Amino acid sequence: MSLTLHIAVQHEDFDPSVEAARLTEGRPGVGALVQFTGFCRNEGGRLSALELEHYPGMAEAELQRIAEDAVGRFSLIGLSVIHRYGKIMPGERIVLVSATSSHRQAAFDGANYVMDFLKTAAPFWKKEHNADGSHGAWVAAKDEDDSARDKWVKE
Amino acid sequence: MSVKLVYFAWVREKIGKGEEELDLPAEVTTVGELLAYLKTLGEEYDEALKFPEAIRVALNQEHAHHSEKIAGVREIGIFPPMTGG
Repeated sequence: MSLTLHIAVQHEDFDPSVEAARLTEGRPGVGALVQFTGFCRNEGGRLSALELEHYPGMAEAELQRIAEDAVGRFSLIGLSVIHRYGKIMPGERIVLVSATSSHRQAAFDGANYVMDFLKTAAPFWKKEHNADGSHGAWVAAKDEDDSARDKWVKE
Repeated sequence: MSVKLVYFAWVREKIGKGEEELDLPAEVTTVGELLAYLKTLGEEYDEALKFPEAIRVALNQEHAHHSEKIAGVREIGIFPPMTGG
């Protein structure tokens, strides 16, 4: 059975059910599908939007590298990674990772692995738009994201 | 050596441009030396690259350590730690 690998960097919204169908239809070997969707939060009303900047070309290439690592490491049958850029409002989707495998653990681990590396290595940056109209700040990288990634290296 | 530099997020905002083509002096051979050289180009560069250890660099769109050589590289991306997802 051939591998399904889908990478997209786009402004437009995406439909998780379309990605689920892409990875499962006509694939009777698939026993598990795990999907992670990341949303834009309003941080208790403080934010009116997030502006997602990306490095065109490298963003796609880095997601491809991460995805290929995950497929090899967890023997995934299919993997789809979609990341949006531009202005995104609270409640809107930002990122979707869909992973399929024969058994559930590989799909859970594969999706988790992709998100941990995506957060720390895919060239995207978030800038906050404040609800009160004041100048928004760039979101700072979190040490816990580095720790989450490093757990895959230590194992 | 002439090379295309591309800047992102607050590095781009502080330097005041998204990209530029620069002729680098021959003594600039590594990523670390490039960052040190850029800091000498003006206050805006010095401010953007004030903490070079926190700056991430990509050579031809692949992440690179500050010790890596830049000879033959066509495009160098300079940006803060990433915050996607």
